[in-house]
Amino acid sequence: MNAGVPLSAQLINLFAAVILLLAFAMLAQRRVMPLINLFGLQGLVLAGSTLVVAVTTHQAHLYWSAGLTLLLKAMLLPWILHRLVRKLYVKWDVESLVNVPATMLIGIVLVIVAFNVAQPISLLSHTISRGTLGIALATVMLAFLMMITRTKAIPQVVGFLAMENGLFLAATSATYGMPMVVELGIALDVLVGVIILGVFFFQIRDQFDSLDISHMEHLKDG
Amino acid sequence: MSSLLAIDFLLIAACLWLAVGLWGLAAPRNTRFIAKGLFPLGALIGLGVGVTALDFLGQSAETAILVIGLPTLPFHLRLDNLTAVFALLLGFASVGISIYAAGYFRKGEGAAPGLMCLQYHAFLTSMLMVLLADDAYAFMVAWEVMALSSFFLVTTDHRHEAIRSAGYLYLLIAHVGAIAILLAFGVMTSGSGDYTFAGMRAQELPPFWASAAFLLALVGFGAKAGLVPVHVWLPEAHPAAPSPVSAMMSGVMLKTAIYGLLRVSFDLVGTPLWWWGVVAMAVGLVTALFGVLYATVQSDMKRLLAYSSIENIGLLAVGIGLALIFHSFGMETLAALAMTAVLYHCLAHAGFKSLLFLCTGSVLHATRERSLGKLGGLIHRMPWVAWLALVGIIAGAGLPPLSGFVSEWLLLQAFLFSPGLPHSWLNMVVPVAAAVIALVAALAGFAMVKFYGIIFLGQMREPALKDAHDAGPWERGGLSWLTLLTLLLGVMPSTVIGLLDAATRQLLGTGLAARVRESGWWMLAPISEDRASYQPLIFLVTIVASVLLGRWLVRRLYHGRIRRSRAWDCGFFFEGPRAQDTAEGFSQPIRRIFEPVFRMARHFPTARDDQPYYSVKVEDHFWHWLYLPVARLAERISGLIVRVQGGRIAVYLMYSFLTLIVLLLVARP
Repeated sequence: MNAGVPLSAQLINLFAAVILLLAFAMLAQRRVMPLINLFGLQGLVLAGSTLVVAVTTHQAHLYWSAGLTLLLKAMLLPWILHRLVRKLYVKWDVESLVNVPATMLIGIVLVIVAFNVAQPISLLSHTISRGTLGIALATVMLAFLMMITRTKAIPQVVGFLAMENGLFLAATSATYGMPMVVELGIALDVLVGVIILGVFFFQIRDQFDSLDISHMEHLKDG
Repeated sequence: MSSLLAIDFLLIAACLWLAVGLWGLAAPRNTRFIAKGLFPLGALIGLGVGVTALDFLGQSAETAILVIGLPTLPFHLRLDNLTAVFALLLGFASVGISIYAAGYFRKGEGAAPGLMCLQYHAFLTSMLMVLLADDAYAFMVAWEVMALSSFFLVTTDHRHEAIRSAGYLYLLIAHVGAIAILLAFGVMTSGSGDYTFAGMRAQELPPFWASAAFLLALVGFGAKAGLVPVHVWLPEAHPAAPSPVSAMMSGVMLKTAIYGLLRVSFDLVGTPLWWWGVVAMAVGLVTALFGVLYATVQSDMKRLLAYSSIENIGLLAVGIGLALIFHSFGMETLAALAMTAVLYHCLAHAGFKSLLFLCTGSVLHATRERSLGKLGGLIHRMPWVAWLALVGIIAGAGLPPLSGFVSEWLLLQAFLFSPGLPHSWLNMVVPVAAAVIALVAALAGFAMVKFYGIIFLGQMREPALKDAHDAGPWERGGLSWLTLLTLLLGVMPSTVIGLLDAATRQLLGTGLAARVRESGWWMLAPISEDRASYQPLIFLVTIVASVLLGRWLVRRLYHGRIRRSRAWDCGFFFEGPRAQDTAEGFSQPIRRIFEPVFRMARHFPTARDDQPYYSVKVEDHFWHWLYLPVARLAERISGLIVRVQGGRIAVYLMYSFLTLIVLLLVARP
């Protein structure tokens, strides 16, 4: 490790790397419960990373952000999802449209693309955490990829939430976070979104006796 | 009087019409109140509009600005002589149609009468506003209200599938036309952002853009007027609508499109190019010939009249084309002659075509039959309608001494002067067009004879026709009013041309009135007395006198006995209405001669048939050449696009994902 890089920056990079790693792990995870746990862990690491940035730069609102992330993404959302899975009784394997090794390969390509794209942007930024922008973008893309490749509804929602994690990381790394109002708004959106999706899960299951969204193909016109 | 201008009176009339319409909503099911109270009130307002416009003719333009409209673009209104001519037409034609409608609408027919009343009067208001509009925005608003209100009137009887599809076709073509008009206005502002007509007049467009504006306007207004090939809605919508509505659409609404075309090509777009006139004339000739040929072979009386309207619109387009040609070469006197013919024909057609459509309404009410093959001999049961229709028929056939003859004669006169054009190519082609016009006029006579002869003359083809009753007093009143207009237009051409003079003078800078006045009101000699003149009164007197004389001679000098026998049984001893010429049989020679023009599906009886029958179905080539390919193409394209909607969420997500990646890669600094 380069001695010129301060400890805080190294820590941030480490956290970012763990987040990316967790994103890959989620992409590879076949079971629902561990998937939710991985998501919770990602939230925890994200909170840690934000905290480090906050300590280093003395940005007051970042402390709040870190706390909010910890509460919401590391605790509340995983708990809600756990409850949902238990209630819906959908603990079995997650089926994937594309097999896992292929998904991982696509993921690697996406990471390369993301780094490539993010490089010129991070040069414009002057934050301590600017190097993690590429990782943030890659996290967003990997989460998106998870949404595409999964056929069940719950992994898709987890993918959606993970995408939000990536966006949050991008915001922190590029500009030390979004304004507090925006962040609060997004946090509320995510919470409400999960609750609404939870209601939908019950509806979908009642309608199709399954949470496999491929049943919804019949809903199109003509 | 001095405090209120003519334009104020017209605006008040428009508001009153709307108020009458809304009043109808107050008691939507009270047929008696609406028919006998509100429609005559509408007729009275129409009379006011007509008289105001008549009084205004010859004065200088008046403008007004309404507070409603867009924040930076309030409604600009303007009353000038061109507007006044068409407002005159609208007002006087609506008097007859509204009076007739008072007797026409009965309980339990079609939509609620209150709703009809609102739509009908909104239709009248919007037509008046189209004429008054002085900026593109007000014009388009009024134009669309006109299209929508007439759409609802056409689909009054929306329980029938055929009527719904006719209405849909009408709405579709009306909107295609509206887009073209909007684009034409857009071109004419030429990016100045000034949407008032005054602003458009001030623009000096380069020839390319001026031509684009003219052609767009021709397409847009042609779609409303029924120029080929955007005519297909007309023969569908006119039979579908109730008869007063058909009369209003054919007699008045088509003329608003002619008004728009005149307004754009002579007023707004600047100096015309000579080839515009050639285009308008070519389209008009095709339309006229097409319309009249199809009119001759129809078996449904309202469809026959609808095709005849197409023919008349074609004649108007030919006249506009001729006026454009003369105008572009600076031959203003001849341009004024052609323009007078156009305006005159607008008035004449509004009179006689409304009259004929209303007559079909009376026949329809009396017999519940629209097919010519099941009518006949109605002159015995419906003498009023039959004799009034005869006037409309003679005018429609273009015979002297009625209105249709005057305008067609003027148009032919204008053609006869075309060898003076400073263009060798046009010199050779234009006389051919005159020959086509003559052919059209002759065929129009054929179609009108068929219409009248099959419906009113001969023997009754169905026993049920014996119960047919004549029209009621309101209907007679409306028909008589329109008959009177047709007669006046026929007998007093010089006076009418003197009135139209203000409009031609406004558009072309010169008129015919001075020359016409020289020769006195009884004689019409548009250019000079040595070349051609026409005395309608002498024709009228001669015709009436010879008829009376013939009758007297037969009664007094010949045997004096009147023997009634069956008409048109062709001398055969087996009597019966079936021995008469049918609608199909009457037009068989036309179908034979012009066979390639029609798309026919025929069934001929053979010697071995147990129940021999003959049937012929004539379809429009344009459906198969133009409309169906377009419809199929649209269907195929939508078939391709619907594949995007696969129903799989993963695929939908993939669309956004790929879009995101592509955007990220493209937008890379």
